Amino acid sequence: MDWNVLWDGLPDHTLDGLTRGAIYALVALGYTLVYGVMRLINFAHSEVFMVGTFAVLGVYAALGATVGMGWPAVVGITLVALAAAVAASASTALAVERIAYRPLRRKNAPPLIFLITAIGCSLTLLEIFGFVLYEFFGSPFGRGVVSIDPIFPSRNLVETDLINITNVELLVMVSALVMMVGLDWFVNRSRIGRGIRAVAQSPDNAALMGINQERVIMLVFVVGGAMAGVAALLWTIRYDVTKFDVGFIIGIKAFTAAVLGGIGNLRGALLGGLLLGVIEVYFSVLVDSSWVDVTAFVVLVLVLMFRPTGLLGESLGKARA
Amino acid sequence: MNQIAAMTDKLRNRFADAPPWVRWIGVAAVLGFAVYLPLLDIPGLNVIRTDYGGSGSDWPSVLFLVLIYMIVAVGLNIVVGLAGLLDLGYVGFYALGAYSVALFGSPASPVTVWIAEKFGLETGWAVPFALCIPIAIMLTIVSGVILGAPTLRLRGDYLAIVTMGFGEIIRITARNAESVTGGAAGVINVPKPPGPEIDGRDFFNTVDAERWYWLVLAVLLLAIVVARRLEHSRVGRAWMAIREDEEAAVIMGVAAFKFKIWAFAMGAALGGVAGLLYASKYTFVTPQTFVLNLSFLFVAMVVIGGAGNIWGALLGAFLITYLPERFRAFEDWRPFAFGVALVVIMVLRPQGLLPSRKKALEYKARQIEAEGIKA
Amino acid sequence: MTDVVLEVDHLTLRFGGVVALNDVNFQILKGEILGLIGPNGAGKTTCFNAMTGVYAPSDGDIRFNGQSVAGKQPHKITTMGIARTFQNIRLFPEMSALDNVMVGLDANHKTSVLGAIFRLARVKQTPENAADNPFLASVERVIGVSRHNHEERTGRTEAMRLLTFVGIADRARETARNLPYGYQRRLEIARALATDPQLLCLDEPAAGFNPAEKEGLMGLIRKIRDTGRTVLLIEHDMKLVMGVTDRIVVLEFGQKIAEGPPAEVARNPRVIAAYLGDPDAAA
Repeated sequence: MDWNVLWDGLPDHTLDGLTRGAIYALVALGYTLVYGVMRLINFAHSEVFMVGTFAVLGVYAALGATVGMGWPAVVGITLVALAAAVAASASTALAVERIAYRPLRRKNAPPLIFLITAIGCSLTLLEIFGFVLYEFFGSPFGRGVVSIDPIFPSRNLVETDLINITNVELLVMVSALVMMVGLDWFVNRSRIGRGIRAVAQSPDNAALMGINQERVIMLVFVVGGAMAGVAALLWTIRYDVTKFDVGFIIGIKAFTAAVLGGIGNLRGALLGGLLLGVIEVYFSVLVDSSWVDVTAFVVLVLVLMFRPTGLLGESLGKARA
Repeated sequence: MNQIAAMTDKLRNRFADAPPWVRWIGVAAVLGFAVYLPLLDIPGLNVIRTDYGGSGSDWPSVLFLVLIYMIVAVGLNIVVGLAGLLDLGYVGFYALGAYSVALFGSPASPVTVWIAEKFGLETGWAVPFALCIPIAIMLTIVSGVILGAPTLRLRGDYLAIVTMGFGEIIRITARNAESVTGGAAGVINVPKPPGPEIDGRDFFNTVDAERWYWLVLAVLLLAIVVARRLEHSRVGRAWMAIREDEEAAVIMGVAAFKFKIWAFAMGAALGGVAGLLYASKYTFVTPQTFVLNLSFLFVAMVVIGGAGNIWGALLGAFLITYLPERFRAFEDWRPFAFGVALVVIMVLRPQGLLPSRKKALEYKARQIEAEGIKA
Repeated sequence: MTDVVLEVDHLTLRFGGVVALNDVNFQILKGEILGLIGPNGAGKTTCFNAMTGVYAPSDGDIRFNGQSVAGKQPHKITTMGIARTFQNIRLFPEMSALDNVMVGLDANHKTSVLGAIFRLARVKQTPENAADNPFLASVERVIGVSRHNHEERTGRTEAMRLLTFVGIADRARETARNLPYGYQRRLEIARALATDPQLLCLDEPAAGFNPAEKEGLMGLIRKIRDTGRTVLLIEHDMKLVMGVTDRIVVLEFGQKIAEGPPAEVARNPRVIAAYLGDPDAAA
């Protein structure tokens, strides 16, 4: 393990990890919200993220975006892409809820069945983008890596010996923080947010208080999906690439982040995401990169074995443990 | 679908109530059919495209794979169906069984090469096949206990995620630890079971797939006997009590932790045996075989068939293995079809295709309960 | 001096900031029916939970036949001889009534996991454990009956006897979930009895019963005591408590406020004050 390599570039590596972690955190929000309210691990959430990245691609293609456009065009296109990604992800999440989860809720099915159905949804979505759409439309669908033109150009804002900060990295960090603060305010301060917390803690009592459980659930899926959509846009800007199964590994890491921070805990999702991103980058610098993906799994297993409530503890559904 | 289910339910009830001699004849008939199956020529059924020669997809080979997955289904049914433990990493045990026989039994594996050098044994030395079996069983049981001990106290879906992580950790380690496991290239020359030489060839070879089939059939029957004995004993009762209400079970004197670990260990051992037999027929192992999706496939087998019911699990194994082979022409569509089928079957019939008679009642009751709450 | 079966010694139980039980002391004497009463939230079920190992005491001790059970694992406490039913019925819903009772009997069965697979350990054949099938029976006369079969067959007989004892034998093979409410409550009692307890703790066994059913329950409790067991009873119905118990312990806000024969406790002003406004106390 070459500690010097890590030490020399520590600020850069840390920023890299934080950027990556911020994206994990945004996706983690979807997992943590749904789990907090429904006690369900939404396996299909990873594909909700993936759909968002393809939506961005679609917008770039539709608007004829090219590299080297002027800033006004770039900003405009990026905003449209943002809207598209959010819409695509949120509607995918909602569709999964309606088609798969709601009928099972009606039948009061046991948790194992929900899990299997979620896996089925995930697989179906994966294959739609990895194969079915390819059969009808060809590229960019299919199993290959899809590179995305870097419409949003990356510029160094700060260039010192100690650290380089690009505008993209800044954008990712700021966006994630803003979204997190917004969501936190929404869940903890608004009336609708109170409804969400009520259903998370005690669905029957919430119903007695006149809260429409179905609406809350729909809302949670939409919000979680929207967050994933934002993450998808930031991901495409930062990494210029996507793939039909990009959701899988991001999903695992995001879920790990949610568990690490304390599932059901929104601030935990942020903390867990940032922490996991940094750990991953440090580890990949120190060790052969082929072991990097294991990091998430090992962290996951260790956290669940020794501190299943996560760093910040569960919060949304605490009363129901 | 409900009419078919009602018919099978009636059939099963009549069979269970028939006098013993009728049941024995029925069992013998089924067994005879099973033994004769690879030699049969059923139109439409054994039309399997021979894409790949050798250990590819001829009828007896497909049947072989069906039986291998049936052993997996029996093992996983104990863990998921009887004891109610959500295990999404069963492929890990399957892989451990396969790698046991590969690493210890193949003269070309890094482990046997290292042992041969260390102890000055002749080149081409390897652990005899028969000894690999207890090694595989021990390895899988020990890893099952190591995995289970700290995690079995976790809530259901957490356990699912931890086991999933375990399965992936096994695969990625197998892929990366080249010096021990042969890395992504895997290990070749996995040994076959010993047998007399016929026509100048070993008894178990890559062409006469029927013999492999009969071997695995014998192992499967043994596994079924063991599983049924467990199910219809105080052990099975304890597992079901734990699945129904663990805290109440413990207060009624059930040593829950002990029985959960045993469920894990039994499941692990069966998964390992299945993996070992698989590796032995295919003569090589690579990490790519043991992907996470296979774990999902395994659980789907048990759940689609009807978790908790061993016959349902066997049916699920058959469907999941046979259908993709039957429709190999549509190979690329298969994962999509599988995903859609999973969702459709689970949403329309969550109790599975062949639920145990008691489970069918449970689901009806759950539904009535749900409607009651709504009203 | 009658034997003390259970001794609750300065028992204190804290949950975070809440003190659920505060320095509770009482004894249960062998062969008696002791009532544990008090307004809602007094800590009665918490006391049960501490006795059966669900909670570990924060302070103090609980001794069963002289041996401490504080903080022991629940299934160990059951094998020591304490059994209980639950306030909100916790049967194994999809198992039959018979199987529910069998689980209770299994607490004292010795067949191991490997024993269930290989069934090698042998026991002499007796009329109770003989197989129904005559051919099998004659084989077993020679080689003996496996411990598994011995325990299964005698278990089934004993389970039916227990179901008859509580009066629900006619629906032995039905799924527990489908049984009528009264049957479910009695099934819980049968299941608890199956563990062969010295001390049986009943948590509101008459909840939801009509007067006739309550009379039947009182008879059942007396029958249980007559078989040589000791009974601890949590109940809200004062008539039932007065009618069937030998002594009563009263809790309020986690503390014992009275202890003694029913008539005495009923006249105790503190007890009356604790229950003031409680419609049951008016009976």
